[in-house]
Amino acid sequence: QESAYPQRTAFLLRKQWTLYSVTPLYRFSNAHLRDYARLLSAFIAAEKQKGLAVEIGVELDIKVAVSSLPDLKGSDRDQAAILVQLSLRSPASPKNSEEKLIWSGWFCCVSGDDLSDNVPEDFTCLPLFLANGAESYTSIVGSWFQKTFDCCFRRLALSPLNLSWMAAMWTGCKVDKTASAMELVFSVPCLPHPLDISYAIHPEDAKALWDTVQKTPGEITQEEVDVFMDCLYSHFHRHFKIHLSATKLVKVSTAIASAHCDGIIKFLQSQYLTGVLMLLTELAISQIQ
Amino acid sequence: MQRRQSSRSPKQPLQVHHKNQTDLSICKKGGTTDSEKSTQNHPSPSNQKNDSKQDSLEQALSYFEKVQDHISLKKNSVLQKHLTTVESIALQRGLPPEGFGVLLNVALSGKLADTVNTRLLKTLVPASVIPETSVVSSVSWLCVSKCSGNIQLLFLRWLITVFDFIDHKEQLHALYGFFFSFLQDEKMCPYVCHLLYLLTRKESVKPFRIRRLLDLQAKMGMQAHLQALLSLYKLFCPELVTITLPGKMKTYFKNSEGPWKAAINTVRRRNQGNFLVSQPLFLGTAQPQSRKRKWNTQLVIPASSTNKNNLEEDRKKNCVDLYSTNKVFPVEQLQNFSQLLQNIHHLEFPSQMGSVLTNPLLLHYMNCVKDESVYLRLYYWIGQTLQEECSWCVADNNQYEEEFKDFLETVYKTESFLQEGFSSCEEFLYKSLPLWDGFCCRSQILRLVSWIPLSSFSEMKSHLYDPLAQLFFTSSLYFKCSVLESLKELLQNWLNWHVIHLDLESASQVHSLNTTLSGLVNMVAELIHFVGWISTVALRLENNTTFLLYFILNFYETVCDMYLRYNLPLLIMPPAGVFYPALLSMDSVSLNQLCYIMYRYRTNLVAAKENELSKKKILQFKFSSQTYQEYNQYIIAMVGCLWTSSAFQKDIHPQGLRMDDELLKKTTVKEFKTSFNIVYHPAMMGYAVLFLQQACPYDTTFNFSLIKGKKWNWYLEYLYAQGLKGLKVFIESSINRVSQASHSKAENMQV
Repeated sequence: QESAYPQRTAFLLRKQWTLYSVTPLYRFSNAHLRDYARLLSAFIAAEKQKGLAVEIGVELDIKVAVSSLPDLKGSDRDQAAILVQLSLRSPASPKNSEEKLIWSGWFCCVSGDDLSDNVPEDFTCLPLFLANGAESYTSIVGSWFQKTFDCCFRRLALSPLNLSWMAAMWTGCKVDKTASAMELVFSVPCLPHPLDISYAIHPEDAKALWDTVQKTPGEITQEEVDVFMDCLYSHFHRHFKIHLSATKLVKVSTAIASAHCDGIIKFLQSQYLTGVLMLLTELAISQIQ
Repeated sequence: MQRRQSSRSPKQPLQVHHKNQTDLSICKKGGTTDSEKSTQNHPSPSNQKNDSKQDSLEQALSYFEKVQDHISLKKNSVLQKHLTTVESIALQRGLPPEGFGVLLNVALSGKLADTVNTRLLKTLVPASVIPETSVVSSVSWLCVSKCSGNIQLLFLRWLITVFDFIDHKEQLHALYGFFFSFLQDEKMCPYVCHLLYLLTRKESVKPFRIRRLLDLQAKMGMQAHLQALLSLYKLFCPELVTITLPGKMKTYFKNSEGPWKAAINTVRRRNQGNFLVSQPLFLGTAQPQSRKRKWNTQLVIPASSTNKNNLEEDRKKNCVDLYSTNKVFPVEQLQNFSQLLQNIHHLEFPSQMGSVLTNPLLLHYMNCVKDESVYLRLYYWIGQTLQEECSWCVADNNQYEEEFKDFLETVYKTESFLQEGFSSCEEFLYKSLPLWDGFCCRSQILRLVSWIPLSSFSEMKSHLYDPLAQLFFTSSLYFKCSVLESLKELLQNWLNWHVIHLDLESASQVHSLNTTLSGLVNMVAELIHFVGWISTVALRLENNTTFLLYFILNFYETVCDMYLRYNLPLLIMPPAGVFYPALLSMDSVSLNQLCYIMYRYRTNLVAAKENELSKKKILQFKFSSQTYQEYNQYIIAMVGCLWTSSAFQKDIHPQGLRMDDELLKKTTVKEFKTSFNIVYHPAMMGYAVLFLQQACPYDTTFNFSLIKGKKWNWYLEYLYAQGLKGLKVFIESSINRVSQASHSKAENMQV
């Protein structure tokens, strides 16, 4: 599903986002976003000053903005995504103008009916959280949300199985421009020194392979994903005599997006943003249920 | 005001003279008593361990109290021993209040070498509070400068770090001037400034002090610590401090907490369960010793604090809607049961439901409130915490096993308190049991198993029984017994649940259950069949050990009474693999237990049959004729063995004792027929010997055939007097003694 306003979500592209799953927020209301920003900025100030003398009456140096991203939805039943941004007021000109964005994070739910259909009205389902910026801020913002809306954040790791699905799905997507190569990174376990194998494939070759594997367009089965990966593995084995199936897939990069098993993702195409988010929402929901 | 409310915990009112430089606020009042209580509640083994630790700590303290002259650490093993004792205890559990005076005195008196003094100061981690007097006396040591500059500095840093643990501060305030005089010392100046910053009140600000600070600033230049103190002075008395200070300073003070902070945190985590009001949820930037790479992965049960999420307008609206009172009773103030009763109508659950686990009052409240969202919030929190902290599912978590154990223990206690299992625990068990080694957190996990809730939708076989069976067959005898014990408790919890819900239903006439009776019966039957199967296999694997048999028969003690005690229309007989090993057991305890169980089966079956016949109510369920048939087969075998000496002929159970006379003769046992009656049975022969010694003291041949007629009756009385009550009720109910004269011709009563 293509986003109607690609420019509104363009700022989410080409950044590394760390993935978290979040349990439903209790008594969260879209009507109070401004108040939340105010409370959160006070919380951040207090947290940052922990261990230091409390300054009194000084203007807070971190500005918090909480806003809604109505475009990021799969269906009307999904909650609008919520964006949290922290920016640093420049000390030179305390009155507005130059604000530097230091951290951003957003909650979203794309086709998360599985979860939202099953919770009472008091709860808001935004099961996927993505953060970019220093982890210390993620920690402060996350704790504030946990305390305020009685939810739990957990890192969302991507298993090799998930990654191979992504590899297959993204291979099949059409991209206008000449796309960059598809790259798969494997890590070899049980070695004294870490060894990573990078496997780059021309996107058109990968697409051609996938087209022979996929039976019904628009539908993907686990079996097809397995066949696709097995083909790639046997090709590699023919050349290098290395069984990639014995290693662990740790990273997938394509023209659509790149994903790392630690739960880090980078979106590259705004037209496929909601599609990728739908998969990630599904993974987040399975982690909290 | 809203902003301020959220940024500070409500315990700290927003007043300037209450400066807490860190969030060390612990529940000081309740602190000591609570920790005392918890040690009393410990089971005895750990109590002994604690005791011995306590002893060695006391010895060490009295040693340091008496130490007189300079002693070299290298040469003196006694000093070494006591020093390590104090160190290890302090870092693990913290020091009791009375330890501080002694250790501070030694460390600051300069009697010992600086290395020893440093180590002593580093051990000063409070378990609860630090008495003010000990701090005051150490300040006097500081004034006579017996100790070196380094020790003085270390002491000041310690004082700053533990400032919030000092029980009173009045006398310390009186020493303000002394501290102020230390400002002259260039090295001490930054720390003294920090300390003064913590101590300063409005009345401490005096013109001469301001002058002195300004002088120091002129001499040393613009120093952050001096500015901090000056800005505080200016805040209290703007009319006295007229200079302009730079508006912003990133860091006023150096970090003093170095050696102690980690230990304080550890000790606090250990003791945390005892405090109602505990620490902030997790690590921010201020705590670099984050134990895991990821944030938000510290197992801390959140503190009960009022939900601040209700913005003003919300709050008004809610209150009008719900109770038309405009006051919400803050959970932090909830201290006792009577308060709970008085405020139950305007009490609100804390902002984080997880905190109810450590708060019995709120658990009571939870029991009264049937609110789905309450359970859902708890469901998510427990579920996520269990998964995140699981010692064997998450890599590198195994080093935190103790914490995880404590958490599981807390969850189990909560379930027992609420008398219901959490579905999040159930899901956790289903997810993690296949990966469990059966060793890690064993007793906690098995206890949680006993609270798996009853739901008709669960797939117990693949999720619980299969993984448990694998571990069961490959683990030790002790593990097998523990599993049987927890499955017995699981069965009892289900049955209790059933009884309570029967009552509720009949009282309200509302079908609140989503579990039908047939669903329940099926689940219970499945559990009993599973236990029957693993018990049969286990008895073979373990050579019919009495210890194991005891746990198995314990389980059946519940099973045999389900109809009468729990009103459940279901009775299942033990499999032959359990019945016969118990019947032929070498141990009278097992035989006696079996007799009791068979007696209860009989009572239940008779009651069921009577109900059926009288048709008082149309029974939804009838016991299958197979149950009666099995019972009758067993009773024939049992009476044949113990009483009529005809088991080899009459036993009709396919796996029973029936044997051809030809075969029996080949055994060359002479009196094979009687060999399992109550005289010759291997479990009873000991009684028979003792009985004969009393009844015929001059006969040394142990002629068991003498026990007949009148003596048979005496022998029975003797057995009953020995405590074989199960045998008594069995014989009295199941054996129809045709006439009192012909004892040997008794008949068994079939149902």
